[in-house]
Amino acid sequence: MSFESKTPEGPLKDQWTNHKNNINLVNPANKRNIDVIVVGTGLAGGSASATLAELGYNVKSFCYQDSPRRAHSIAAQGGINAAKNYQGDGDSTYRLFYDTIKGGDYRSRESNVYRLAEVSANIIDQCVAQGVPFAREYGGLLDNRSFGGVLVSRTFYAKGQTGQQLLLGAYSAMNRQIARGKIEMFNRHEMLDVVLVDGKARGIIARNLVTGEIEKHSAHAVVIASGGYGNVYFLSTNAMGSNATAAWKTHKRGAYFANPCFTQIHPTCIPRSGEYQSKLTLMSESLRNDGRIWVPKKKEDVAAIRAGKLKPTQISEEDRDYYLERRYPAFGNLVPRDVASRAAKERCDAGYGVNATGEAVYLDFSSAIERYGKEQAQINGEPNASKERVLELGKKVVEAKYGNLFEMYEKIVDQNPYETPMMIYPAVHYTMGGIWVDYNLMTSIPGCYAIGEANFSDHGANRLGASALMQGLADGYFVLPYTIGDYLSNDIRTGKISTDLPEFEAAEKEVRERLEFFVNNKGTHSVDYYHKKLGKIMWDKCGMARNAEGLKEAMQEIKELREDFWKNVSVPGSMDELNPELEKAGRVADFLELGELFARDALEREESCGGHFREEYQTEEGEALRDDQKYTYVAAWEYTGNPMESILHKENLEFKEVELKTRSYK
Amino acid sequence: MNLTLKIWRQKGPKDKGKIVDYKVNDISEHMSFLEMMDVLNEQLINSGEDPVAFDHDCREGICGSCSMFINGRAHGPAEGTTTCQLHMRSFSDGDTIYIEPFRANAFPVIKDLVVDRSAFERIQQAGGYISVNTSGNTQDANAIPIPKEDADMAMDAATCIGCGACVATCKNASAMLFVGAKISQYALLPQGRVEAEKRAKNMVAQMDAEGFGNCTNTGACEVECPKGISLSNIARMNREFLTANLKK
Ligand SMILES: Cc1cc2nc3c(=O)[nH]c(=O)nc-3n(C[C@H](O)[C@H](O)[C@H](O)COP(=O)(O)OP(=O)(O)OC[C@H]3O[C@@H](n4cnc5c(N)ncnc54)[C@H](O)[C@@H]3O)c2cc1C
Ligand code: SF4
Ligand code: FES
Repeated sequence: MSFESKTPEGPLKDQWTNHKNNINLVNPANKRNIDVIVVGTGLAGGSASATLAELGYNVKSFCYQDSPRRAHSIAAQGGINAAKNYQGDGDSTYRLFYDTIKGGDYRSRESNVYRLAEVSANIIDQCVAQGVPFAREYGGLLDNRSFGGVLVSRTFYAKGQTGQQLLLGAYSAMNRQIARGKIEMFNRHEMLDVVLVDGKARGIIARNLVTGEIEKHSAHAVVIASGGYGNVYFLSTNAMGSNATAAWKTHKRGAYFANPCFTQIHPTCIPRSGEYQSKLTLMSESLRNDGRIWVPKKKEDVAAIRAGKLKPTQISEEDRDYYLERRYPAFGNLVPRDVASRAAKERCDAGYGVNATGEAVYLDFSSAIERYGKEQAQINGEPNASKERVLELGKKVVEAKYGNLFEMYEKIVDQNPYETPMMIYPAVHYTMGGIWVDYNLMTSIPGCYAIGEANFSDHGANRLGASALMQGLADGYFVLPYTIGDYLSNDIRTGKISTDLPEFEAAEKEVRERLEFFVNNKGTHSVDYYHKKLGKIMWDKCGMARNAEGLKEAMQEIKELREDFWKNVSVPGSMDELNPELEKAGRVADFLELGELFARDALEREESCGGHFREEYQTEEGEALRDDQKYTYVAAWEYTGNPMESILHKENLEFKEVELKTRSYK
Repeated sequence: MNLTLKIWRQKGPKDKGKIVDYKVNDISEHMSFLEMMDVLNEQLINSGEDPVAFDHDCREGICGSCSMFINGRAHGPAEGTTTCQLHMRSFSDGDTIYIEPFRANAFPVIKDLVVDRSAFERIQQAGGYISVNTSGNTQDANAIPIPKEDADMAMDAATCIGCGACVATCKNASAMLFVGAKISQYALLPQGRVEAEKRAKNMVAQMDAEGFGNCTNTGACEVECPKGISLSNIARMNREFLTANLKK
């Protein structure tokens, strides 16, 4: 197995250009003889499939939904970053690079992040050419908004549906190639294993989710674009089907898994309302452009609110604690996500939470509505507009910006956020950790690549808002399609890979036996029973704050839960039909292993950085305390048969361009 | 609240299928409709029965997976709402709720409430794109200014989630609202104009080939569309289609 970052030589700003100039290419005639499998059709997989097909490779794409357009990327709301500097506010490739390294708390690879910033501008050009209807200003040019952790406006958006529009763009590019016969699309298929031949990734085993048939698919390279593993917590903002199976199976076959404990807990989500809760809903970070976050200053007000005797709108300005503005005057409500989440937890733990569970803070738009209303009245030539008129005008502006989010909130909570502040609380949202990849996005299995949220590459210990969409599309449109050629140039004479090889037979047999086990087990508990239990352990002991004792307990408890699962899980129905419970069983089985490695990784990292907050390592003011001497590395885990015995490999991170500093947003 | 559910059960495409009654108790008004279905399924699993299969993924109204016909209405009683965004506060204690799949000849049932909407895929493949390579070597994004009104209208059309409620609602099982939305999104943008007519012709031809019905302007689709896609998109599609055919 190879474990070198393969970062090109030379100055950062020339690395990608030089690398592209030096790597091997496959000529167009030979590409026709080469097959590539792409697992996943989100922004990363969709864009990669389309581009690989366009370059001439034969692509086979897989997703578990009934259409590539339904991949989880569709749900991204707020926007996508790009260093276009259209606002003339001093943005540049360097600044985007720097913000991302700093935002990630100095735990990502400089070379990858610089390349990401470099290609970011191209993404916007590409998407506009595809007909993505980004928001525009009255002059007809593209509009921008701001996201957390930065001081420029570089986020492009399409109302609150940016992910949807970008994914439909990638999907349309895929459709064009499906129509040409260059992409063969496998909807409602789930990859259940990767197949290695002579140490190289040469195919996958997938289950047709409609007929239950187990299929062998071969290729010269396999690309994993299956998204993140946030659902290890059961409750997260991810789609119900989001899972780690493709990534985890790849890990078990030899791909190192990096930084599993780096998880993003997003500060602004709708709080949970009961035990039956099946998932959590995000309220986009873009809302923090205009919303102010607060809790009451006085405990008696908190009590009155919880008892339903007081409304938040009745609390005067002096009695409100705008704690982010208080603690972080420079960035205020737009501090990065990890900082905002911990601050909310701190207030709620101290007893200031504003709903029945004590786990909610306010996100208030009244100041913004008034400010916009006044501005609009000026523009309209109504300087003497009444208060009602100002509010009416202001609400219109806010509606144009965030209308669909407000609507979504009202549907779920049954309260009108134009009239009363939203209630929000942090929730699991994104996983920075993932399959380890080198500069070429190749995993430690030759010929196996990982892109998008499934890899660990660019966000260090904390991802900045609007950067996941950027990374997914950068990987898929502009990076992987070129770096993969370097590897495939050795395969021009290989010819078709046969699925009759013993390696395929063996992998298929393993998959089949596992499925047979599930449907024959006739145990006592449903899959969800185990998933919820796992989620609770993860949230309580590997959540927003962690400590050594809790992590050790978590490892033990997860191990016991896993043993119980393999004895007592109950899966109704059969293997050869559409069987959602069987799908879930396989996914939860993998989460039950991943969770343990997660806890172990968190235990190993005796520092606080980004989303990984160890209670033992904090400053007097409660800020994260990094240990650059000991932990400036990527923790890449090698599977050896049991998560408990995985071997830790360290990729040391070298910072040549950026000086390591304590992250400060004060 | 306690409810009686009358649910369409169908083992597979060839099975005839029938309505089966179930009871669920202690349902909270804050639950989403699909969380209520989770409760039912947990109940069925624990009593050794086969749970009800239904499509769902994002559970926040954007992926277009969920597709239930509830009390005779696509996505249920609330307007501008997908099945997954429907909450139990729209129902009352003691209610009987009918739950069926989205029905149309072009959407055959796979199992229970899950239908095959791949006809929509093939329509998109017939022309739902702008023929531009993904090389990134395009002109600068701000090179073509686009009037905000046009961009906003294109965006409104582009918010279609491809759920198929319009088809399930229409007495003719027409897919015009879905196809009209896609054609409009591109027709409204200068990048999409170049191929606008060809696109309209090809997508409409595919729509007909899939066995969707004709549009007789009843407008039920617009009412039931969870994303408020406007009928004006159908009119625009017809214009594009007519011009394309006149030039033939
Ligand atoms: C609610 C929400 C809002 C967000 N908003 C933003 C935002 O505004 N800006 C931003 O930058 N980021 C945002 N993010 C993050 C961002 O959306 C994701 O990180 C990103 O879309 C992931 O893309 P992906 O292509 O890597 O994977 P996904 O979009 O998750 O796609 C995964 C694909 O893999 C397939 N798949 C998975 N497992 C298998 C398997 N075993 N077999 C076959 N197929 C499989 C799925 O079918 C799917 O096609 C948001 C995330 C959430 C949850
Ligand atoms: S037009 Fe409306 S109802 Fe029809 S598929 Fe699109 S979103 Fe669904
Ligand atoms: S589950 Fe995604 S729209 Fe309903």
